[in-house]
Amino acid sequence: MGAHPYVGAGVVRNEDAQLLTGRAIFVDDVHLAGTLHAAFLRSDFAHGRLLSLDTSAARRREGVIAVYTAEDLGDYWCHGPLLVPPPPIAGLTFNTATLVPLARDRVVHVGEPMAVVVAESRYIAEDALEDIVVDIEPLPVVVGLEEALAPDSPVIHEALGTNVAAHAVQRKGDYEAARSEAHTVVSRKFSYDRGVAGSLENRGILADWNPRNEELTVWDTTQAPIPIRNGLAERLGLLQSQVRVVAPFLGGGFGPKMMMFYPEEVLIPWISMRLGRPVKWIEDRAESFFATANERLQLHEAELAVDSEGRILGVKDVFLHDSGAYDPYGITVPINTQCTLLGPYRVPNYYSEFTAVFTNKTIVTPVRGAGRQHGVFVMERLLDFAAKELGIDRVEIRKRNFLTPDEFPHNHEILFQDSAPLVYDSGDYLPAMEKAAEMIGYREFLEEEQPKARDAGRQLGLGIVSYVEGTGIGPYEGARVSVEPSGKVQLATGVGTQGQGHFTTFAQIVADQLGVDVTDVNVATGDTREFSWGTGTFASRGIVVAGSACHEAAIVVRKKILALASEALEAAEDDLELADGVVRVKGSDLSISLGELAVRANPLRGTVEPGAEPGLEATSYFGPARGTTASGVHAMIVEIDPETSEVSIQRYVVVHDCGRLVNPVIVDGQIHGGVAHGIGNAFFEELVYDDQGQLLNASFMDYLLPTATDVPHMEVAHVETPSPLNPLGVKGVGEAGAIPVGALYAQALEDALQGAVEILEMPLSPGRLFDLVHGTPSDPEAAS
Amino acid sequence: MEITLTVNGVEHRADVEPRLLLSDFLRHALELTGTHVGCEHGVCGACTVLMDGAAVRSCLVFAVQADGCELATVEGLAPGGGELHPIQDAFREAHGLQCGFCTPGILMTLVPFLRENPDPSEAEVRAALSGNLCRCTGYQNIVAATRLAASKMREVEV
Repeated sequence: MGAHPYVGAGVVRNEDAQLLTGRAIFVDDVHLAGTLHAAFLRSDFAHGRLLSLDTSAARRREGVIAVYTAEDLGDYWCHGPLLVPPPPIAGLTFNTATLVPLARDRVVHVGEPMAVVVAESRYIAEDALEDIVVDIEPLPVVVGLEEALAPDSPVIHEALGTNVAAHAVQRKGDYEAARSEAHTVVSRKFSYDRGVAGSLENRGILADWNPRNEELTVWDTTQAPIPIRNGLAERLGLLQSQVRVVAPFLGGGFGPKMMMFYPEEVLIPWISMRLGRPVKWIEDRAESFFATANERLQLHEAELAVDSEGRILGVKDVFLHDSGAYDPYGITVPINTQCTLLGPYRVPNYYSEFTAVFTNKTIVTPVRGAGRQHGVFVMERLLDFAAKELGIDRVEIRKRNFLTPDEFPHNHEILFQDSAPLVYDSGDYLPAMEKAAEMIGYREFLEEEQPKARDAGRQLGLGIVSYVEGTGIGPYEGARVSVEPSGKVQLATGVGTQGQGHFTTFAQIVADQLGVDVTDVNVATGDTREFSWGTGTFASRGIVVAGSACHEAAIVVRKKILALASEALEAAEDDLELADGVVRVKGSDLSISLGELAVRANPLRGTVEPGAEPGLEATSYFGPARGTTASGVHAMIVEIDPETSEVSIQRYVVVHDCGRLVNPVIVDGQIHGGVAHGIGNAFFEELVYDDQGQLLNASFMDYLLPTATDVPHMEVAHVETPSPLNPLGVKGVGEAGAIPVGALYAQALEDALQGAVEILEMPLSPGRLFDLVHGTPSDPEAAS
Repeated sequence: MEITLTVNGVEHRADVEPRLLLSDFLRHALELTGTHVGCEHGVCGACTVLMDGAAVRSCLVFAVQADGCELATVEGLAPGGGELHPIQDAFREAHGLQCGFCTPGILMTLVPFLRENPDPSEAEVRAALSGNLCRCTGYQNIVAATRLAASKMREVEV
């Protein structure tokens, strides 16, 4: 029996035994008799007119069951949903171009699916792709953001007549007036290029239409099974109750596995219904580089106005955002950029304008951090430059501008991605900065270690940056808690799980209320048959929203338990305690087990009083008014090899504040993974496109994810500022680690190079850093 | 082609196409789905299994090449009866996994590594793991779990 309370304790995970022994079921592990396998023919061109597709030879190949092109889809061919309608920003321009299941007369990015072959095996299906004769007339390609907006640029979506996907201005106060009174204004251009989410498990889908009971079961690598169930039912003309979507164990999500209604996700269930057989498609790694959403090219032109003491008077930021070929996820990513730029700082005047641009590249939707990286990069860089210009210490300039605890809730007077005003609920930034500075040995490093290293010809630098992360947005999640006659507790929730430890953290929350062992709470997630309402796991919201729903449902069940036990034990509820799976009269041996109470609550004879509900069960929902704001400070010490520009990280410190910690071991794990992703984005990973929109490094041999020898040991500490917006006081943490790493690298590298270069772009690499140091002209768009 | 091989102590005979990958054979013919496939070009290490005791990437081996071999996959690692192998146990204790997709390949990489290096340093562990990608953990707790496993296994040896 574990020690209560569980919330706050680093208990080992309930789900690990399954995962460690190979028993856990991932989508491609589901084997159904008679399954057919699909493979997609994808465009080799980034932009072109699809003149013809001859599939006759493919259809004739032995083992091929069917081949479909857009023409074969009939009425089923239509544009997919706009998943996140944009917030009601005044004056917003928004042009929608959502995904299509198969290209019909035009291809708009390399890898766009044009046909699907269904065969007895994946090997045969891929053979048959070679049989298809394609005629594409290439069109001029739109790759760069600035060129996409040029008057003579080819237009990707002719019906729109423009490559502008969106244009939005958000403002607070009067930036120009603030600027005119500023002591110093620093302005720079910044760029941040694309990388992948890089889930180790690629996407996949298995659909099984059962014509006898007229039910469709879909196993899908989705972070949001319920919206997928709802959307598929609508699109296929089925009742929601006829469709079951299961997101079993997922091998990572990181954003692109949200409710995307990818072409494959929409087609495979339809094909299964047509053929009356299970149909499976599993993305391979090469496909994932073209077919799965990624992030994050943006080009910023920004300036910061400060007074003589380095206090922020205002910020202006005008940026271009790469939407890729379609924009099904609306403007979530650039809005996040816009809102996260303000950081933990007091910014009285803000002007932020962005233009989202269609390009002939894979779509851009949120990837861990989801646009927040860019905002943090711009703001932290501008603060660094202002500090330098004014001769103020970089920690000091941040401290001077931090919001103080008495300023919360703090309204930034612009709209966040959830359409609610950007209001920070709580925060305490100074202690985190001081703690990080102390942990990294800020003063000692600058005064002793670094000068010594420099004397010895070594290039050592330190970085220290702050950031916030809007987390835990609505609309809502739900949970159902029931005590079974065995005394064990079943907990069902609608969110999917991709490694965050929900089987444990949700169980911890419920176990505390019901006085049971955490291993006696069995958690079901990601199966629409288990729980039918909710949205999904994204935006660092699982523990905040679904966790709070678990908490609320457990409280209701606890009340039911106490009421029934009070009757059974003939004792006042106040005299009862729940522990060790029983209800006990305090200070006595008199007790009754939860299992016995569960049986009593569901009698076979007698009566359940009118108005009462049978069973020890409750379903609760939790919908926060708005998101909760987490924050953190990262610091690191790097050394650059002067000959090769290889960078080694000597120390890495994180001080993070995500409110109350439900499981500190799991929270630290989330931060570690985020930092590693951030390191990849900062120094290893970059999707390189040529001027024809061809991706040049679509493999793990050419696109480098950081390995165990690239990611340093991280020292993680916490500040806990509870959120007032939920009963647990928690804030999200899933994306946190990834967000500030680019800004951190930039500052640390500049420091190591003693200001010889300014770092205005991400990602870097040893090669790019070498070029910067040795004077190769910077061209942020060169590789975009 | 006819092949005969042993997986986790059980002999299997099968008729396979020469081009069938060992990873696909294990996962789909034998339904041993604990071995995962992450890249199919030998970089990520998720599909690592033991072939005659050595860690190999099953996506880079054809099933026919494993004819006559003894294979071990993650399913055969635990002794059974609900017990875990000390490496599995250490990964659970030290939170050495999150989504768990890369984990089987990492466990199978570590079996021969820890056999040959019963008391590895952190740097040695990191080098040994540098052929296995993980996107969730930042490797920190994998490294800690590996060293914990080593110490557990040394205790058993003594």
